[in-house]
Amino acid sequence: MDANKVLDAKGLACPMPIVKAKKAINELEGGQVLEVHATDKGAKNDFAAWAKSGGHELIKHEEDDAVLKFWIKKG
Amino acid sequence: MTVQAMTAKEVTKIVFNKEAFFILDVRNVDAFQDWKIEGENFEYLNVPYFDLLDGVEEILDKVPTDKEVLVVCAKEGSSIMVADMLSEAGRSVSYLAGGMKSWSEHLEPVKVGDLKDGGEIYQFVRIGKGCLSYMVVSNGEAAIIDSTRMTDTYLDFANSIGAKITHVFDTHLHADHISGGRVIAEKTNATYWLPPKDATEVTFTYQPLEGGNDVEIGNVKINIHALYSPGHTIGSTSFIVDEKFLLSGDILFIDSIGRPDLAGLAQDWVVDLRESLYKRYRELSEELIVLPAHFMIIDELNEDGSVSEKLGTLFEKNHGLNIADEDEFRRVVTENLPPQPNAYQQIRETNMGKITPDEERQREMEIGPNRCAVR
Repeated sequence: MDANKVLDAKGLACPMPIVKAKKAINELEGGQVLEVHATDKGAKNDFAAWAKSGGHELIKHEEDDAVLKFWIKKG
Repeated sequence: MTVQAMTAKEVTKIVFNKEAFFILDVRNVDAFQDWKIEGENFEYLNVPYFDLLDGVEEILDKVPTDKEVLVVCAKEGSSIMVADMLSEAGRSVSYLAGGMKSWSEHLEPVKVGDLKDGGEIYQFVRIGKGCLSYMVVSNGEAAIIDSTRMTDTYLDFANSIGAKITHVFDTHLHADHISGGRVIAEKTNATYWLPPKDATEVTFTYQPLEGGNDVEIGNVKINIHALYSPGHTIGSTSFIVDEKFLLSGDILFIDSIGRPDLAGLAQDWVVDLRESLYKRYRELSEELIVLPAHFMIIDELNEDGSVSEKLGTLFEKNHGLNIADEDEFRRVVTENLPPQPNAYQQIRETNMGKITPDEERQREMEIGPNRCAVR
């Protein structure tokens, strides 16, 4: 999937993956896609809930080894 | 304003003392609704941390200034961030050190009674998850029943009172939490007892625990008498300690009874559950003090934080012991059951020794309340 921006949040503990993702998505235009890589297991639920609450769309997520990947479309 | 860390132990004292307390839980709404810190005089506000990244102004008027405020999250990182923001806004708040992870793992030992000739029995209250385990102490020897995976707590406690752990029991194969029984037995060379009917698939050696077994602890011989009481699982066994205490495992709780479905055979085990509760327990002295393996709601805690009640009182007041009609009983314990505990199949496999998840995975598997009862 094509992303407009990739954020590496591997090794970061909560709340940093979301803090950084928020910053990154602020720099995108509506409809553009942010790809996030994280290793904090709590990120799974948090990204889904955060996207929903912020009016964005979590269009895809997958687990690759221990790395969680998210694709979020800016709302 | 300063931000203080508050430990799970300190929060436990606040729960036991029924103090007024305000919890700002910054986890997801789902996580909060599934499981939270319970207290009789607690007030809550749940706002996920990611909705507060731009500031806490919007919630300031909902956070009281006349009572203690604790910010809580899953591990602690987000709660520190939010507590710092509140502090910058002039509020004095604490955060829960280690978050819900440490809340889930905290064990508070409470002495529940004296046994003959100086013996003692302690209840370890796992306040965050509602699990209860026990240590019977007599003359320098100790037995542990239904231990959690936080094995150091028991080892340190036994050490601090100068007791050597010689016997470790599980009343049944647990589905809601990972047993520390095998690890404690390995570390102390104690005997590990398990009901064989629950242990048909275990991958390690154990001492079969059968109804009628008597185990003596210490030279003064505190007697632990096993009583076969199936129903929650087919092997479930209760203990009578020193003719005084009935350790009822997951068969009988203070305000509820065991559920028969966690090992997959609800319909088959209803009859066993009924017989255990309505016949076998009926034959026991009503003066016995019941010490269960769980509590469900915070109201079940006594003044000192312990969980116990006279068997006679439970026969009067526990709804699950007062269903005269057998068909109705069957309906109550097999229909409309609460959700099953998180990851309960994997927890059972871990307790059988079939899988060995790492510590972080074990923590995740145990997230949430225990859910072993039907009310």
